[in-house]
Amino acid sequence: MNVISKTVRGFSKALGRTLISEQSARERGLLQSLDPRVKLVGLLALVTTAALARRLPVMAGLLALGVVLALASRLSVWSLAKRVWLVAFAFTAMIAFPALFLTPGITVYKLGGLAITAQGAKSALLLIARVEAAVTLSTLLVLTTPWMHLLKALRTLMVPVEVIALLAMTHRYVVLLTETANAMFESRQSRMVGTLSGHDQRRLMVNTGGVLMSKTLELGNEVFLAMQARGFRGEVRLIADFRMRAWDYVAMTGFAAAVVVGVVAGR
Amino acid sequence: MHIPDGYLSPSTCAVMYAASAPCWWVALRRTRRKLFGRTLPLLSLFAAFSFVTMMFNLPLPGGTTGHAIGVGIAAIVLGPWASLLAISLALAIQALFFGDGGITTLGANCFNMAIAGSFAAWGIYRLVSLGSAAESKRRVVAAALAGYGAINLSALLAAIEFGIQPMLFHDATGAPLYAPYSLSVAIPAMMAGHLTIAGAAEAVMSAGLFSYLRRNEPALVGISAQAHLERAPRKLWGALAVVLLLTPLGILATGAAWGEWAAKDFASTSGRAEIAAASGNAAAPVAAPQGLARLANLWTAPLPDYAPHFVKSAAFGYMLSAMFGVGLILAIVWLAMRWLQPAAESKQ
Repeated sequence: MNVISKTVRGFSKALGRTLISEQSARERGLLQSLDPRVKLVGLLALVTTAALARRLPVMAGLLALGVVLALASRLSVWSLAKRVWLVAFAFTAMIAFPALFLTPGITVYKLGGLAITAQGAKSALLLIARVEAAVTLSTLLVLTTPWMHLLKALRTLMVPVEVIALLAMTHRYVVLLTETANAMFESRQSRMVGTLSGHDQRRLMVNTGGVLMSKTLELGNEVFLAMQARGFRGEVRLIADFRMRAWDYVAMTGFAAAVVVGVVAGR
Repeated sequence: MHIPDGYLSPSTCAVMYAASAPCWWVALRRTRRKLFGRTLPLLSLFAAFSFVTMMFNLPLPGGTTGHAIGVGIAAIVLGPWASLLAISLALAIQALFFGDGGITTLGANCFNMAIAGSFAAWGIYRLVSLGSAAESKRRVVAAALAGYGAINLSALLAAIEFGIQPMLFHDATGAPLYAPYSLSVAIPAMMAGHLTIAGAAEAVMSAGLFSYLRRNEPALVGISAQAHLERAPRKLWGALAVVLLLTPLGILATGAAWGEWAAKDFASTSGRAEIAAASGNAAAPVAAPQGLARLANLWTAPLPDYAPHFVKSAAFGYMLSAMFGVGLILAIVWLAMRWLQPAAESKQ
């Protein structure tokens, strides 16, 4: 596969993920029904609990909690396994594997001339379990919350309003520029016969990047003028229309209990 | 290089958030005045642009492909403060929305790539392009080196963060609780890929985009960079003078710097006691290691211990040594510039 096809495939995957998360955030499930502020703080606290935990059963418990929450939120566990667990496992296992042999400690098994140590095996397992639990919980947040709600909820973490405005605009233009870059590469690909040399491929990629940057700057000017035309005078107002309901307080208590149990048992 | 959740301990993550927060705060303050003018869309769009270019597969010599972060060109075009904001935004979107890089490790990722990367790229670009004409090839080389240096500094920082985990966080049996490799493994493993593939991708992207912008959007990289260069020396000279005046503070520090022991320090009881005190009370050998003793007298410095023998005042001697050192560096840089400049200008 040439670099253009690889890049186009990457763009398609990114756009696909955007659509999937927007779609799953609109499902009528458990996490989708919660106030985004409760969900943001609760799931982030659980991710931090996974990072703090030093015992495998606690990490397994947090992963299991993630699976239960995914099922209750009508998310496809198969899709979660394919897109999140397998990817995280492959990446982390590759990094953790040499630790089996490189970590000094008591030898538990000999593989050829290499000795697997108990400390190495424990360290590798801890790393994989922690990463799986943390990635699952943070993915739940993204898959069950519309992006604008997630951004507004960031105000509860005292993120400045300017940063939220910047994040909102950045996200919007990430999608637009990804589509633009995708169209540029596809149009180039459709006019290509044969193969390009490495030098020509580099030139093509860099020039496309340059054109994309020119388009970005032009778009920046247009957006600025459009903002001014709409009466934008430098103040950002977010409509904070979130309302806590009884169910949100129940969920908040549930998150708090899970965090306390996780922190105490994970020490 | 995007560190996922779970690889760093929560305390490391907290330290990295604490280290990044003041930089974000200053960057926001510096851009706030302009933020809701043209800068708001420009920053957002540049962040989006960086995000998209991170997905470009760049073919590299040897048949492999690499991805660039775009920090080199962002620092050159936007300056270090706006660049650190733009790259931080791109990293935040990646972490929050695409799960590339962790949420707990976002502070560390931003510190490594956005903050250290932006300042390194900006510093390298300015240093290498100092005094060069707007059209000189040296600026393209400067842009390439800026990208290359920035990504490698980021990788080194990430490797250090990984490498300190097993030292600081392990259980009673010695099993590492987070990233399991020590500095001696983490640094070579991380740098091998970045000094070659990732560094090359960043250098190619920075130099290529710089050339493109200079041809098509010269105001973005030529005039603004020139203005920087004209303004910078005055501030730099001022800062240099202040630092020179403060050099005598160095003699307030007692004892020898760790690892800078002389062969004679091992021979005396007091010297060994100082070495042991600075090394976690590990006993120092009674004689200098053979290699150290053999090589110690290879070169005799003209100004040993920053104390010229003809100056009686230690403080004045220290300051004089500092001035001599700075003068020597400036002379070398001046000679190098004299050597490089005509070559660059004659080609125009």
